[in-house]
Amino acid sequence: MPPVTRPSTAAAPTRAPLDPDAAISVRGLVKRYGDRAAVDGLDLDIRRGEIFALLGPNGAGKTTTVEVLEGFRDRDDGEVRVLGVDPAVGGRRWKAGLGIVLQSGLADSQLTCRELLRAQASYYPDARDADEVLALVGLTEKAGSRGRTLSGGQRRRLDVALGIIGRPRLLFLDEPTTGFDPEARRRFWALIRELRELGTTILLTTHYLDEAEELADRVGVIARGRVLEVAVPSELGGRGTAPAVVHWTEDGARRTAETDTPTAFVQQLAARFPDEVPDLVVARPTLEDVYLRMIGERRP
Amino acid sequence: MAVSTTVTEAPLPGAYRTRIGVELKEFFRQREGVTFTVLFPVVLLLGLGSVLDYDIGAGVDFSQYFMAGVIAAGIVGASLQNLGIYIASERADGTLKMLRGTPMPASAYFVGKVVQVLAVAAVTIVLLLVVGVLVYDIDLPSAADWVTFLWVALLGITACTLLGIAVSSLAPNRRSASALISPAALLLEFVSGVFMPFGNLPHWLQVVSSFFPVKWMAQGMRSVFLPDALQVDEPAGSWELDRVAIVLAVWCVLGLVLCVRTFRWQDRGDR
Repeated sequence: MPPVTRPSTAAAPTRAPLDPDAAISVRGLVKRYGDRAAVDGLDLDIRRGEIFALLGPNGAGKTTTVEVLEGFRDRDDGEVRVLGVDPAVGGRRWKAGLGIVLQSGLADSQLTCRELLRAQASYYPDARDADEVLALVGLTEKAGSRGRTLSGGQRRRLDVALGIIGRPRLLFLDEPTTGFDPEARRRFWALIRELRELGTTILLTTHYLDEAEELADRVGVIARGRVLEVAVPSELGGRGTAPAVVHWTEDGARRTAETDTPTAFVQQLAARFPDEVPDLVVARPTLEDVYLRMIGERRP
Repeated sequence: MAVSTTVTEAPLPGAYRTRIGVELKEFFRQREGVTFTVLFPVVLLLGLGSVLDYDIGAGVDFSQYFMAGVIAAGIVGASLQNLGIYIASERADGTLKMLRGTPMPASAYFVGKVVQVLAVAAVTIVLLLVVGVLVYDIDLPSAADWVTFLWVALLGITACTLLGIAVSSLAPNRRSASALISPAALLLEFVSGVFMPFGNLPHWLQVVSSFFPVKWMAQGMRSVFLPDALQVDEPAGSWELDRVAIVLAVWCVLGLVLCVRTFRWQDRGDR
C-alpha cells in the first residue's frame, strides 16, 4: 500500500490536542473549493474572554474559517470546537451562546429598530433588554425608526445590537467599522471593550490594522489558508525587538537610520545641531509594517 | 472564568409568534407589496371587468367568469410571486443568514411565511369578492360550493407557497427575482384561462397549461362561480374536480421536494 500523503492526515500524530478550555480551538482545518484549498491545515486557539483579531489579505481563508466556526460552512478535514461543541453538529443550544454580526442585512426592513431587536431577543433563552442594547450602541433616539431609514453607520450599529442582544459568550465581528467616521469608530471601540469587561470573547476580523492594535489582546495573521503567527499586537513579527528607525533632516535632505540604541543615537544626533534636530521622528515598525512584510513574504 | 454551561433553550412558542408578527408587519407596512400583490388583482377586476362586458353563454357575464380567474391570480400573487421575490431579497441582503445564526428554529421561519401568505390571500380574496358583489353584482357561491372553494384555495395556496419558496433560489436578488417571476406568473395565468374563457385558447396551449397548477386552480374556481350548465365549455365537458385535486396535490409534493432540495440560507458565493 502506498503511504498516506495527505498532509493533514500525516500531521495528525504530531498535532497538539484541542484545548478544552479555549472558546475556540481548531486543529488542521481544511476547506477546499474544487481543487483549491481555501483553508489548508489551520490551527488556532482563542482564549475565553479575550479580543482576538484575525488579519489577512482577501482570499487568505479568513472568511471561510470564520464561517466554519459560525456553523455556516462544512469543512473537509480537521477538528473544530467552538464553546466546546463541533459547529458541524451545533444545535439551538449551542447557537444561543453565539452572537454573529454580519456585514449586511435588513436594508429593506419595515420594522423599527426596537421591533427588530425584540424579535431577535425572542429567539434566545436569556436575552438582553432591547432598549438597554439600543442605549449600548447609541441608537436610543432611533428606537422607533425603521431599519431602512438608518444611515450606513447606524445600520452597522444595529447589526452589532442584533449580534449582542442574546447575551453571547462568543461574539463574531466581521469588519465591524467599515463606513464609520473616526468618532463613531472610537465610540464603537469603547463598546467592544465594554463587552469584554462583561466577559464576552470576541473574534474580530478586520482590514484596519489600527483597529486591531487598539482593540485586540492578540492578533493572528492568516495567509494562504494557514495561520502564520499569533502574538500580542506589540510583538507581532518581531516588532518588540525590531530596531528603531530614526528620521531627521540634515543638509536639506531627509535622513533615515536603523538602530538598536535609539536613545544613544538621538543624543549623538542632538550634539550635531545647535537647537532642535529638524523633523526628528523615532519609530518602531508599525503593526502595518510587520503585517505587510509577513503577508508579502508569503505571496506566490 | 466561570461560564454557565446550563443554557436552556428559549421556549419555542415565542419564536413562532415572533416570526408571524414579523412577517405580517413586513408585508402590510410595505406600500409596494400591498399595492402590487393585493390591489393589482382588484384593479384587474375593475379594469378588465368593465372593458370586457359580454355574455359568455347561459346568460352569464364575463365578470362572473373573471371572478374565478382573478381569485386564482390573487392566490398566485400572494404565495408564489410574493414569496419567490421576497425570499430572494432576504437571501441576497443577508437576512436569512443572520436568522440561521440564531437559535430560532428553521420551522418558525416557514410558519411565519405560511401565515403571511394565508393572511395576504384572505385579504385579497375578500377584497375581490366585495368589489365583485358591489360593482359587478357577482353571484356568490352556494353553501356546497364554499366547501369546494375552500379546498381548491387551500390546495392551490399550499402548492404555490412551496413553489414560491423553491423559485426564490433561482434569482440572485430582489430585482432579478421580480423580473423573472412576475412575467412568468402572468404568462401562466394568461394560458390558464384567467383572463379569457379557457375554451378560446388554442388546443395546444390548453395542453401545455394543463401541466401547471394555475389552470387547475382556475378551473376549480370556475366550478364554484359558474353554473353547471357551462361545464360544456370545459375541455373535458365537466369541472373534473377529482383531477383538480390530484394535479394540485401532485404539485404540492413536487413543490415540497424542490424546497427541501434547493432551499439555501445564504448565497452560494465561495469566498
